[in-house]
Amino acid sequence: MTAIDAGDLRASASRLFRRKQLAGFGLLAGVVLYLAYAAFAFDIAGLMGRARWENAAVLASDSWSYKTHVERQHRSGEIEIAIEGERRGTYPPGEAPDWIGLGDAVTVDLGHGAVARLLPGNVTEIDIPDYGTARLALEGRDISNDFGDVPPGWVSASDKRVMVTLPGARVTMTPARTEIFRYFFGWDLFWFTLDSPYYGHGPGEILFGPRLDPERGNIAGAAQDWWTNAVWHHKDVAWAICETILMAFLGTFGAALVALPLAFLAARNFTPVWLVRGLFRRVFDFIRGVDSLIWTIVLARAFGPGPLTGALAILVTDAGTFGKVFSEALENIDGKQVEGIRSTGANGLQRARFGVLPQIVPVLASQVLYFLESNTRSATIIGAITGGGIGLLLTQAMQTQKDWEEVAYYIVLIVLMVMAMDWLSGKLRAALIGRGRGH
Amino acid sequence: MTDLASPPTGAIRDSYMAELRRRRLYGGLALLVFAALMAAGFRTANDRNAGGFLDGLHRVGDYPAMVLSEAWEKRAQLPAKLLEYLPDLVETLNIAAVSTLAGALAGTVLAFLSIPGLAPWPRMVPLFRRLMDLMRAIPEIVIALMLIFVLGGGPVPAVIAIAFHTAGALGKLFSEVAENADAKPVEGLASVGAAWGQRMALGVLPQVAPNFLSYALLRFEINVRASAILGFVGAGGIGYELKNAMAWGPGRFGDAAAIFVLLFGAIVAFDQLSGHVRRRLVEGTRT
Repeated sequence: MTAIDAGDLRASASRLFRRKQLAGFGLLAGVVLYLAYAAFAFDIAGLMGRARWENAAVLASDSWSYKTHVERQHRSGEIEIAIEGERRGTYPPGEAPDWIGLGDAVTVDLGHGAVARLLPGNVTEIDIPDYGTARLALEGRDISNDFGDVPPGWVSASDKRVMVTLPGARVTMTPARTEIFRYFFGWDLFWFTLDSPYYGHGPGEILFGPRLDPERGNIAGAAQDWWTNAVWHHKDVAWAICETILMAFLGTFGAALVALPLAFLAARNFTPVWLVRGLFRRVFDFIRGVDSLIWTIVLARAFGPGPLTGALAILVTDAGTFGKVFSEALENIDGKQVEGIRSTGANGLQRARFGVLPQIVPVLASQVLYFLESNTRSATIIGAITGGGIGLLLTQAMQTQKDWEEVAYYIVLIVLMVMAMDWLSGKLRAALIGRGRGH
Repeated sequence: MTDLASPPTGAIRDSYMAELRRRRLYGGLALLVFAALMAAGFRTANDRNAGGFLDGLHRVGDYPAMVLSEAWEKRAQLPAKLLEYLPDLVETLNIAAVSTLAGALAGTVLAFLSIPGLAPWPRMVPLFRRLMDLMRAIPEIVIALMLIFVLGGGPVPAVIAIAFHTAGALGKLFSEVAENADAKPVEGLASVGAAWGQRMALGVLPQVAPNFLSYALLRFEINVRASAILGFVGAGGIGYELKNAMAWGPGRFGDAAAIFVLLFGAIVAFDQLSGHVRRRLVEGTRT
C-alpha cells in the first residue's frame, strides 16, 4: 500500500515540478521574445549607425576639463589668449599665464614636453617629443608643412588646414588664423573671472593675506565676486535650485491641504451618501489619470512659464493621489475614539480634530514627506517643460551643446539637492512617526 | 491615605495642563511658521512667474476649451486620429515595459547584493546601498538628455534613463522585502552546495516573488507616465507627438485631443489593471 502511495506521490510531485519548470521557461521565453520584439521596434541596429560617439567623447572630456585658447590672426598678427574662448576669460593684452612666453616669438608650452612657437611671418614651429620639430607656414593662401607625403596619424593635413593633435593640446592652422588649445583638468573661472582681483589667489591668501582690492575687504569682496561670477552664474543657479525646491514644497503641501478636507467626502465612514462619495472618488481618479504632463501643459498656457506654474502642476496632480490615499486612511481609522469624543457632546469639526486627525496624522505626514522628496525630482522635470528652476538651466545648457562643464555642475547640484531632500524628509518622517506612536 | 493622595493629584493636573499648554504653544508656533512659509513661498513663486496667479486663474479653462471645441468640430475624424497615434502610444508603453523589466532585473541583483545576510561580499553592502541612493537621486531627464545628445532622439535614451532610475528605486524596495525573507531555505540550499546565484534564485526569490511583482507593477504605472514626459523632451513615443501637435497650435488641436484621450485612457486602464493584479497578489500571500 505505502509503496504504491509513495509512487503516486512521486509521480504527482514530478508532474508538478515539470509544470512549474515549463511555466518558468515559458515566462523566460516570453520575456526574451518581448525584448527581441522591442529591440526590433526601437530599431537598435539603426540607432547604432546614427549614434555619434564623438559626442560622447566631447561630453566625457569637456565635463571635467577646460581649455585655454591661444589665437593668432594672420592678417593683423594680433594674439588673443582666452579661457574657453570666453570674453570674461580673456587675458588683457600683454598678460598671459606662465606657460606662455610673450615677445616677438610667442612660445606656448603644450605640456608633456611639447612646445609651440608662433614666429613672425605667420610661421609656427612645434617641438614634439619622439618626433622632432615640425614647421607650419602660411605661404600665399595655402598652408605648408614638413610632415612629408605620409603624415603621422596624429596629424591631419591639407592645403587649407593643418591640425596637429597632441596629448592634452591641439594646434590648428588655417589661412585666417593659428589656434592652439591646451586642456587642463578642472573647472576654471569657477571661483572668479579674470576681471576679478581675486583670480588666481588661494583661500589662504584671501582669508589672511593683504587686501587685494583697496575698495573692499577681502572676504566680502571675494564672496561678492564669486556670487556675481559672470561665467558660472552662481547667483542664478542658487535661485534656480531654490525655485525647484519651492515648487516641490508648495506643490506637495498645497496638495495635502486641498486633499485633506476632500478626503472626508470620499471616505465611506464619513460620507454615507453613495453618490457624493462616488463623485469625489471619480474626481480623484480623473485628476490622477490626466497626469502631471497634461496638467503642466494646460497650466503653463494660463500662467506662463515660472515656478508658480510648476507648483500648481504638482499641486493638482498630487491632490488626486493624496485624496485617494487620505480617504483610504480615513476608512481604516478606529471608530471608538470618535465615539468617545462624540459622547462628550463634540460637534462634527471637533470630532474630526480630536477623534480623527490624531489617528491619521502619522500616516498622512509620512506619505506627504515621501512625496516631497519624489516631487523634488518631478519639479526638475516639470521645470524643464514649463521653464523654471534648475530643470530649465539644465535643458538650456544642454541645448547649446558646448558648456558641458556647466551641465556637469548642474547635475551634481541636482543630485545633491535630491539627496538633501531625501535626507530631510527621512529625518522629519522618523521624528513625526516616532511621536505619533507615543515614544 | 486620601490626605496623602489629594495634593499630588492637583500637582499632576497642573503639570499636565502646563505640558498641554506648552504642546499647544509649540504646535501653534509650528503651524504659524508653516503658514508663513507657505504664504511667503507662494508670493515668491507668484512674483517670479511670467503670469500672476489671479490673472491666470480665469484663463485656466481657455486652453482645454479651445482644444475641446476644435476636437468637437472635427469629432468625425477622432476615430481615425486615435488609430493614427496608436503606434506612438504602443511605443510609450513599450518604453515603460522594457525599462521596468530591465530595471526590475537590475534592482533584484542590486537588492540581493545589498542585504547583509545574503550578500556574497558583505563588505561591499554599503557601497551597493549608496549606489542605489545615487541611481534614485538622478532624475530621469538628466540621463535622457545626455543620451539624446549622443544617441539622437528616440526611445532608447528614455529606456536607459528610466531603467537606471527604476533599478535604484526597486532595488531599495526589493531589499526591504528580501531582508525579511526566511533564511532557512537559503541555509538548506547552502548545505547541498548551491552557488550564490542558485541560493538566491531557488531559496529567496520564490518567497518574495509576489511582493517583487507587486512593486514592479506599481513601478510600471509610474514609468508609463515618466515615458510620456520624456517623450516631450525628445525621446519618442506619444509625448513627442503631443509636443508636435501642441507646437502647431490651432488647427492641430484635433490631434492633441486624440493624444490626450489615448494617454488618459492608457494611464487609467493600466492603473486599474495593475491595482487589480496587485490586490490579488497581496491577498494571495496572506491566505
